[in-house]
Amino acid sequence: MAKEQGIGAAVKRKEDLRFITGSGRYTDDLNQPGQLYAAFLRSPYARADILDIRSEEAEALEGVVAVLTGVQMAEDGLGDLPCGWQVKQKDGSDMVSAPHPPLAVQAVNYVGEPYGIVVADSIATALQAAELVTTEFRELDPIVDLVLATDSERIHADVARNLAYDWELGDAEATDAAMQRAAHVTRIEITNNRLIPNAMEPRAALGIYEAATEEHTLYTTSQNPHLERLVLSAFVQIAPEHKLRVIAPDVGGGFGSKIFIYAEETAVLWAARRVGRPVKWTASRSEAFLADAHGRDHLTTVELGLDAQNNFVALRVSTRANLGAYLSTFGSSVPTYLYGTLMAGQYRTPNIHVEVSGVYTNTSPVDAYRGAGRPEATYVVERVVETAARELGVDPADLRRKNMIPPDAFPYETPVALVYDTGNYEASLDKALALADYVAIAERKAEAAGRGKRRGIGLACYIEACGLAPSKLAIALGAGVGLYESGEIRVNPTGNVTVFTGSHSHGQGHETTFAQVVADRLGVEFDAVEVVHGDTGRVEFGLGTYGSRSIAVGGSALCRAADKIIAKGSRIAAHMLEAELEDIDFADGQFQVRDSNRSLSLGEVAFASYVPADYPEDLEPGLSEKAFYDPENFTYPAGTHIAEVEVDVDTGVVELVSFIAVDDFGHVINPMIVEGQVHGGVVQGVGQALLEHGIYDDQGQLQTGSYMDYCMPRADDVPDLVVDATVTPCPHNPLGVKGCGEAGAIGAPAAVINAVVDALGTNDISMPATPEKVWRALQG
Amino acid sequence: MQVEVTVNGQAHVLEVADNTLLVELLRENLGLTGTHVGCDTSQCGACTVHMDGRSVKACTVLAAQAQGAEVVTIEGIGSADALHPMQEAFRDCHALQCGFCTPGMIMSAIDLVSRNPGIDNAGVRAGLEGNICRCTGYHNIVRAVIQAAQNM
Ligand code: FES
Ligand code: FES
Repeated sequence: MAKEQGIGAAVKRKEDLRFITGSGRYTDDLNQPGQLYAAFLRSPYARADILDIRSEEAEALEGVVAVLTGVQMAEDGLGDLPCGWQVKQKDGSDMVSAPHPPLAVQAVNYVGEPYGIVVADSIATALQAAELVTTEFRELDPIVDLVLATDSERIHADVARNLAYDWELGDAEATDAAMQRAAHVTRIEITNNRLIPNAMEPRAALGIYEAATEEHTLYTTSQNPHLERLVLSAFVQIAPEHKLRVIAPDVGGGFGSKIFIYAEETAVLWAARRVGRPVKWTASRSEAFLADAHGRDHLTTVELGLDAQNNFVALRVSTRANLGAYLSTFGSSVPTYLYGTLMAGQYRTPNIHVEVSGVYTNTSPVDAYRGAGRPEATYVVERVVETAARELGVDPADLRRKNMIPPDAFPYETPVALVYDTGNYEASLDKALALADYVAIAERKAEAAGRGKRRGIGLACYIEACGLAPSKLAIALGAGVGLYESGEIRVNPTGNVTVFTGSHSHGQGHETTFAQVVADRLGVEFDAVEVVHGDTGRVEFGLGTYGSRSIAVGGSALCRAADKIIAKGSRIAAHMLEAELEDIDFADGQFQVRDSNRSLSLGEVAFASYVPADYPEDLEPGLSEKAFYDPENFTYPAGTHIAEVEVDVDTGVVELVSFIAVDDFGHVINPMIVEGQVHGGVVQGVGQALLEHGIYDDQGQLQTGSYMDYCMPRADDVPDLVVDATVTPCPHNPLGVKGCGEAGAIGAPAAVINAVVDALGTNDISMPATPEKVWRALQG
Repeated sequence: MQVEVTVNGQAHVLEVADNTLLVELLRENLGLTGTHVGCDTSQCGACTVHMDGRSVKACTVLAAQAQGAEVVTIEGIGSADALHPMQEAFRDCHALQCGFCTPGMIMSAIDLVSRNPGIDNAGVRAGLEGNICRCTGYHNIVRAVIQAAQNM
C-alpha cells in the first residue's frame, strides 16, 4: 500500500467526485414508480386542544389519495416516539416522560407539531389539500417562558410543574462548604441561546411498502439508520425489524438534528402502507425551522470559588434546560450526562455540584446539536473562569494555567463522574498563545483604538467527552441502547476489500478515512477498499454517527475486524506455506514465513479461502470478519481556542478578526478532513456567539423561522481560520484517536464572547452578541 | 404551458404547469438532481445555475422565464474525467463535506470568478455571501475559489 494514502495522510476524498459533478444521491433525488407526495397538517398554535378535523373538501380535490390523522395512526396501533435516555432524578425517581404520539391526537403543544398527513399525486396538490382541511382548535395559553414554566399550568396532564426532571451530579454539601471557605467567589448568570441546526439538506423520507412480502423500506435523511429501524420496530411498532429496511443514502449534513426519530419519517412509512403506494416527503426550510429538534436553550447560574492563591476550590452550577414540548430521542441526556459531567473542564477543581431542571415548554423539542451539552458546559466554565480573572485582576491565561490538571495527573478522576484518560492542556494553551501572539495584544488594542475600534481577545480551554460510549456505563446512567459500534471487512476473492460500518457519514468523509484505516491495517491499496454504510439491508448493525464517535468507536471496530482477517489469513498462509502458525508474520499486505523469502499476499490468501483446495482441514472457507467494539472509556479531546475581535463603537458590529484553534485529537487519520471538521465546527460556534438565535414570542410563535430572520454565518462573517494540533494519543483504543467533529462548536462560543467582553470591558453581554446588544452595552 | 429551453447544450420542449419553477423543471422534468433546494426564501444558493451566462437562483426563476434560454447546471460544466477547474479545486482544497451546498457553490463561484478575474479573499467572501454552507466554515471554499481563479 502506498504510505501516502495510509493513516495520517491527507488523502483526497473518495466521495467528492460524485458531489462536485452533481451525481450525489440524496433522499429527495430518489423517486419510485407510482410515487405519491405527502404534506403535513401542522399546528398553527403553540398550545391547543384538537376538537374536530374536517377533511371532506380536501379529500374531494382531484389527485388527493388520503388525508390521515393521528386518530387513524393510533387506531393502527402505532406507539409513541420514545425518549431513549431515562434520567434519574435527585430523589431517585425516574424522569417524567410525557406521551409523544407521532401525529398529535387530542392536543398540540408547539407551533408546527404535525397532527395529520395528506397524500396526493403531486406536491402542489398535497399542499393545496392541506390548506383545505379545516381543524377546529381550542386555543390555550401557551407556556413559553423557561423561568415561568414551572409555576404555570400543566402542559401534559401527568407532568407536575412542567418538570421532566430535577437532576444533580456531584457532592452538594462538600461544594457548599468549600464555597463558604473560598477567599473569592465569582458568580454569573448565563444564557445559552436556542439554536436551530439547519443542515443544508432538509429532512426527507421516501416510504415503500410491498404488500406481497410485507417489506417496509424507508429511505431517509438519518445519521443512524439502524437506530431508526430499532425504534420504529421496537417502540413505534410500525413493522418487525426483519421486515423493515432503513436506508440513509447521501445525507446533506446533520449536526445532531438527523439522529432523532421524528414524526414525519414515521408517518410517511405508515402512510405508504395505508395507501399501498410509495410516499415521499421533503421538508421545506420553513418546516425544518419549526419541526427539526432545536439545540441548547439553557439559563444558568454559576459560582466559582477561589482560595487566596487563586486556586479553584468549588464550582456550583444551577441550570434550567428547555426541553421543548416533548422529550426528543436523546433530549433528556444532553443537559444532564453530556453536560454536568464536563464541569471540571481542564481544571482540578476539587468540589463541583451541578443541578439541572429539565423543563417542558410549548416550543419545538430540544435535543443534541453539534457538541450536545459540551458546548453549554464549556461556556459555563470558561465564562466564569474568565470573569474571575477579570475580577481578580489576573491574566486570564495565567489563571487557567495555574488551575489546569497537570500532564502527570492522568488518569484523572473528576468530581463529576468521569476519568480523563490522558491529556496535556498546557501544551495546547502554550501553542495557541504563541500562534495568537498573545503577549503583543496591548499593541494591537492600541492600534485598533487609533482606528476607533475596540479590540479584544478571548480564550476557551475546552474539554469534551467523545467516543460515545462505554455501553455498561451508558446503560447504568439510563441509556436505552448500548453504544458500541460494528464493523465488517470482506476480503473479496480477487483481493479487493469491502468494508461495512455501522457509523454513518453525512459529510465526515468516512468513505475515505475508514478506507485509509483498513488499507493501512491490511496493507492493500487505498483504491482497493470500498466503504459501505447507511443501509440496514447491507450493514449488520450500527449505532450511527454523533458525539464525535465514528473513528474512535467505528474505526476501532474495523481495526478489530482487520485483526481477525489477519489471524485467519495467517492460518491459511501457514498451511499453504507449510510453516508453523507462530512463524507467520503479517506486514504490508504479505504473510511471510519469518526469516525466509516465502510469502503470500493477502490477495493470494483470499483467493485460496474462496477456492479452498490447498486449505486447512478445520477452517471455514471465506475471508470475511465482523467485530463489535465497545469502548472502555470515553475519549477526551481538549484544546485551546483563541478569538480576537474588533468592535465598531458606532455601530456595535463585532468583527471576528482571527480565530486560532489548537486541538488535541490524539492521532489523526486524515489531517485535511480533521481541519475541515474544525473549520465547520468553529463557524457554527461563531454563529452561536454572534449571529444565531431561535426566538419565540410570548404566544409561542417562532419569530426566526426562515433565513430572513435566523442569521446563518455566511462567508463574509468569518475570517480565515488557524488550525493546529498537539497530540496525546488515546491510550485505550487501537488507533489512539479521540474524535474531532464537535470541538470547534464547543470551544468557539466561549472564546468569541470572552473576546467581546475583553473588548467592551463589560461582562453584561449575552449570545448572540448582535450589533444592537453590543451597541447598548457600549452606551453603558 | 410549453417551455423551450436548452439545458447543458441539449434543447428541450417541455409541458409544465404555469407556476413551475426552473429548479423543479430541472429536478423533476429533466432528472437533473445535482441542483439542490435548501430553502424557500431565496437565501441559500443551493439551487444556483447559469442562465444565459449569469448565475441565478433556480428556485426564484419561473420555468416560463427560462423560455428560449441557455441553462447550464452542475451536470453541464464538466464530467468525472474532465472536471471544470472549479470542480477540481473544490476537491483539491477539501471545500466540501456533505456536498449539499456544493453544486450551487461551484456554479456561483464560476460566475464570480469569470466576472472578477484575480479576485482576492475578501472579494470571494463578499461574492459568495448568497450561498450558505453549514459544513465547511467557508475557509476551504475560499481557498478553492482563489485556486481555481488562477486556473480558469
Ligand atoms: S433553494 Fe434557491 S436560494 Fe435556497
Ligand atoms: S458541504 Fe455541507 S452544506 Fe456545504
